[in-house]
Amino acid sequence: MSAPHTGFTVLQPGILSLLQDAGRFGQHAIGLTNGGPLDPYSFNWANRLCGNDQNACVIETSIGGLTLQAEMDTQIAVTGGDAPLTINGKPALSWQTHAVKKGDKVAIGFSTIASRHYLAVKDGFQIEPMFGSCATVAREKLGGLTGAPLKAGDSLPCHDTSQDSFANFKVDESLRPHYRGDITLRVILGYQQASFDHIQKARFFNNAFELSDKCDRMGFRLTGPAIQSGISGMLSEGICYGAIQIPADGHPIVLLNDRQTIGGYPKMGAVLSLDIPMLTQRMPGTVIRFEAITIDEAQRQLHLANYRYQNAKLSAIP
Amino acid sequence: MKTLQSHTPIKIEVAGENSLILYFGETTAPEISARVQQASKKLAIALGDLIIDQVTSYASLLLIFDPLKADQYAIRQVIHQTLMSTDETADSAAPASKPCLELPVYYSEASGPELALISQHSGLSIEEVIALHQSLTYRVYAIGFAPGFAFLGQVDERIAMPRLSTPRLKVPRGAVGIADRQTAIYPEVSPGGWNLIGLCPKRMFDPEATPTMPVSVGDEVRFKAISKDEFHALGGEIGDFQ
Repeated sequence: MSAPHTGFTVLQPGILSLLQDAGRFGQHAIGLTNGGPLDPYSFNWANRLCGNDQNACVIETSIGGLTLQAEMDTQIAVTGGDAPLTINGKPALSWQTHAVKKGDKVAIGFSTIASRHYLAVKDGFQIEPMFGSCATVAREKLGGLTGAPLKAGDSLPCHDTSQDSFANFKVDESLRPHYRGDITLRVILGYQQASFDHIQKARFFNNAFELSDKCDRMGFRLTGPAIQSGISGMLSEGICYGAIQIPADGHPIVLLNDRQTIGGYPKMGAVLSLDIPMLTQRMPGTVIRFEAITIDEAQRQLHLANYRYQNAKLSAIP
Repeated sequence: MKTLQSHTPIKIEVAGENSLILYFGETTAPEISARVQQASKKLAIALGDLIIDQVTSYASLLLIFDPLKADQYAIRQVIHQTLMSTDETADSAAPASKPCLELPVYYSEASGPELALISQHSGLSIEEVIALHQSLTYRVYAIGFAPGFAFLGQVDERIAMPRLSTPRLKVPRGAVGIADRQTAIYPEVSPGGWNLIGLCPKRMFDPEATPTMPVSVGDEVRFKAISKDEFHALGGEIGDFQ
């Protein structure tokens, strides 16, 4: 490995493209949020395909429209949503690695169903970490190249891998997520759940909600029957990833990667992290239901998912 | 299990798959805030790398742990051993570790557009509002909302003000605001709905500096009025209010 030099140039940044690693942790004491991938499952596979560290820096592109030009020979992989991938205008498959040559144009088109895409490069983009992470949080002006989304003309530093030879791999079909249809999110009851009486809980768990168009990296707002808490005012407190906040208007907000670290609205609990990609990949209008699980069941599911991920094998492409 | 002397018992609730939240009370009070800080420090040591992050706030502590290394029972056991086996009363009576920080503020109608509103609301003169804001020592109860945004409490009841019904799109860096009985300094340009009364030239969050913030939760601060000339001499600039 050698010092970073320009690996790619951004020709078109698309709707929203952000450099992301796994996220910024241990900085809540100074008010910093986590950032990191909205779909950690796809993020993990993108890095794994390229043989990278699991915290390596990738590009997360939402909806699509990203075009990059390779400035050296290297290897890439794109995972996540359904936008078409092309290399020099020719269709290429997602969920597998591709060799690219200096001058190649890599483009992610526009998605219709699943909106988050992860473009990983061999060894990861070489970004100077801030507070231990290169995750871009635009609201905090931290991470990435300048604390902001990618823009046309940006140079993305990479290790010079032009002398390396690459084997190509793909993720088995059975391991790829399918983002279609209605979704059910598992919820660990918690926080102020006791302040919602049995009628409100029944409304929450037995009704369908819809994903609104008010969704960003801080949180996804849902519409549906209004849920009322018995609490009118409370002290601000720490908010965990996936927390379901019920503000005064009764419409739930699932708080995500760029959430504020503290807030003063009652919460029903938190969505199981394994189900969050099912939410964050989807477009407004998606029908959502909730199902209650215990923290113990959540923990079993996390161990199982980790076991499956660790033991899954990439398939070599001949 | 030993019970805590002269304290409300700690209430532990599940927050999410890998987080527990500890409640030490339900009010804004220095004693409760001190207990939260003590607990946070002790648990950081006792739990080591099982902890991913913590959020301390007015009366609660959110503990986020690594769910592949520990389950809630293991964490709860450490909480009990750590917080309920020692004499918490003695600890929380310990004096503040840092001296009170004095923050300079240029109070004026030009740098604090809601001074007139607070004056109207309270029936006090603008000079009295400014004097009351400086009359108390405030405690940092929580940090959040934005990097380096410290919630300070509590302001004199006479100058407490509800948030603006329409938040500003742009509050300048250094703006000093009041919301209910809290006061704070906006560390960066951001949207915001607090009632603005002045500008502080001291940087409250600087990612390039060490430490990045002059205060942390549990510290005490006071405000001191400075003139426009002193404000500029300290590097202050009057930004846009929109």
